[in-house]
Amino acid sequence: MSNIRKAFENGKAFIPFITCGDPDLKTTAAVVRAAVENGADLIELGIPFSDPTAEGPVIQAANIRALNGGVTTDKIFDLVRELRKDVKIPMVFMTYANVVFSYGSERFISTCSEIGIDGLILPDVPYEEKEEFLPICRKYGVDLISLIAPTSENRIAMIAKEAEGFIYVVSSLGVTGVRSEIKTDLGAITDIIRQNTDVPCAIGFGISTPEQAAKMAAVSDGAIVGSAIIKLLEKYGADAPKYVGEYVKSMKEAMAV
Amino acid sequence: MTNPNGRFGIHGGQYIPETLMNAVIELEEAYNYYKKDPEFNRELTELLNEYAGRPSRLYYAEKMTKDLGGAKIYLKREDLNHTGAHKINNVLGQALLAKKMGKTRLIAETGAGQHGVATATAAALLGMECVVFMGEEDTIRQALNVYKMRLLGAEVVPVKTGTATLKDAVSEAMREWTSRISDTHYCLGSVMGPHPFPTIVRDFQAVISKEIKEQIMEKEGRLPDAVLACVGGGSNAIGSFYHFIEDKDVRLIGCEAAGRGIDTFETAATVNTGRVGIFHGMKSYFCQDEYGQIAPVYSISAGLDYPGVGPEHAYLHDIGRAEYVPVTDDEAVNAFEYLSRTEGIIPAIESAHAVAYALKIAPEMTPDQILVITISGRGDKDCAAIARYRGEDIHE
Repeated sequence: MSNIRKAFENGKAFIPFITCGDPDLKTTAAVVRAAVENGADLIELGIPFSDPTAEGPVIQAANIRALNGGVTTDKIFDLVRELRKDVKIPMVFMTYANVVFSYGSERFISTCSEIGIDGLILPDVPYEEKEEFLPICRKYGVDLISLIAPTSENRIAMIAKEAEGFIYVVSSLGVTGVRSEIKTDLGAITDIIRQNTDVPCAIGFGISTPEQAAKMAAVSDGAIVGSAIIKLLEKYGADAPKYVGEYVKSMKEAMAV
Repeated sequence: MTNPNGRFGIHGGQYIPETLMNAVIELEEAYNYYKKDPEFNRELTELLNEYAGRPSRLYYAEKMTKDLGGAKIYLKREDLNHTGAHKINNVLGQALLAKKMGKTRLIAETGAGQHGVATATAAALLGMECVVFMGEEDTIRQALNVYKMRLLGAEVVPVKTGTATLKDAVSEAMREWTSRISDTHYCLGSVMGPHPFPTIVRDFQAVISKEIKEQIMEKEGRLPDAVLACVGGGSNAIGSFYHFIEDKDVRLIGCEAAGRGIDTFETAATVNTGRVGIFHGMKSYFCQDEYGQIAPVYSISAGLDYPGVGPEHAYLHDIGRAEYVPVTDDEAVNAFEYLSRTEGIIPAIESAHAVAYALKIAPEMTPDQILVITISGRGDKDCAAIARYRGEDIHE
C-alpha cells in the first residue's frame, strides 16, 4: 500500500506546499519541520522551474527567488536526505516534466525512492502523457499523482480509476494563487471520484483561509495550500517557520471541526 | 506525418495541465471535422486570396543571382501578404475555425509582433475580441507593432516575467487560457505547443510549399535543389518545407538564430545548441541547463528569440531530412542590408537569417541549380532597430 495513505489516517489531511530554496534551503528545512510539528499530514516540496506555466505570480516569484539563490535538483535531494532523519510523514515532489526528464527520468525517480520521496506531482503531465513516467514510478514505488480539474468532466472517472497515492483536485480554472471565493461545484467532482476509486482526494488551488479549508475538507479528504504559505516566506524570510507553524495549526484545527 | 497521439517520432505530445485537456481535444475534433468541410475550405480560400492576397509571388531574384554567380535564386514573397508576413495564413485558418467552434475571443502570444498583428487583424475582420501577450522587452523592440495591434482593437498585455520575451509571452498566454476556456481560443502562432497545434499550424502554413511547387514547375519545369527558411518555432519553415518532404532530392534548410554565436550563451539556435526536453506542451529540442531549467536565449530578432523548436522540425532533424544551420546577428544584418540594396526588398530580420545562409551557399552551387528562399515577412518593423545596431540613433 502506498505510504501516502498514512497522510489521510489522521482526519482530514492538511498538505502545505513549499518551494525548495525560497529563500534558502536552511529556511525550507525549518519551515518543513515547523509544518510537521503543527499538524501537517503530507509535505509537498516544489522543485523550482524557470518557467512554471501552472503557477500564479506568488509561486512564480518563489521559483525565481529559489533559482537565483542557486538551488538545484541535487541540492534538494540532499535537503530531503537531511529531513528524512526526523520527518516521518509522507513527502512528495511537485515540479515540471522537464526537471525530471532532463535529469534522466530513471535517475530522478530512483533517487526519489532512495531518499524517501513518496510521490511525484507533475502539473504538465496529463493522463495522456503519463506513460512517459509511470512505468519508472511503478518500478521504484513512487506514486505518480493524478490531477483532476473543473474542466475534466467526462475524464474524471477515467483518471480516478487509475489514480495512485492521492488525487489532486484543482479547485478552480487558471493558475495557483489565493482566491477570495471558489465557485466550482467540487462536491459533484469528488462524488464521481469516490464512485470510481478509494484513493483519497485533496483539493488545492486558491485555498488560504481556515474557512475555505473547512469547506474543502467537508467535500474531500484534505486541502493543499501553496501561495498563502509562500506569501509568509516572502514576507518573513528566515523568520517564516514560526508563522508557517501557526498558520498550519490554524488550518488543521479548522479542518477538524 | 503526425501520428494519432500528435507525435513526430519521439517529439510532440500534449504536456499540458489537465485543465486544458478537454480544450485541446475539442479543438482537435473541430479541426478534423472542418478541414474536410467544403464550406470551411471555401471560406478560408476566399479569405486567403481576396483578403490576404494569396497566392504570394515566387520572384526570380536576377540581380542577386548574377551577383552571387551560383545557383538561380527565387524568393517566395510572404512579405507581400496582408499584414506583411506569413503569419496571416495560420491566423485566418485558426480564427475561422474558432468562430465555427462558437468562440468569441482570441488570445495570442507574439514575439516580433507579426503574429499579434495578424491575430488582431483577423479578430477585427471576424468581429472577435482579442488579447495579445507580448514580452515587455519586445514591446520596446517592436513598439510600432504594439501600436498597430491597439489600432486594430486588440488589448496588448506586456509580460514582465522571466526574460520578458517570446517564451514568457507563450507561458502567459497558456496561463490565461487555463483561466478562461469556454469562450476563448488560443491562437498559437507557430508549429509548437501541445498537439494538435503543431499539425494545425503546419497545415495552414503548408500553402507556402504548395504554391512554391506549382510556381517553380511552371517557371522552371523542375523542383528546386534547396529550400531555405528561417526557424524560430518554425512555422514559415515547415510551411515552406512540407510539400517537399517527399521529394528527397530537395534540400530543406532551416536557418536558426545564433545570436552572438553558437559558442556563446547569447544564442537562440535550438537544434544546434539544445537538447531534448519537455516544455510548452511538447517534447522537442530546447536550450536548457544541466538541470532542465530553460535557458534565457538571445537573438537580435524578436521573432526567433525562442528557446525551443517545433516538434516536426526536431523530427526532420533526427531523421536527417532537413538541415538546421546557425546564422549570427551580424550575418543576418548584413543580409538585411544586402537584399535591400540588391533587390530593393527589405526583408524582416527573421527572414534575413535565411537570406544570409543563401549568401553562403549560392556561390558554391552551379547556375543550373535552383534555390528558393522564403521571405517570411517584410522588414519595416526592423528598420529602426537595425539602424541602431549600426550606430545610427533613429527613433520611430
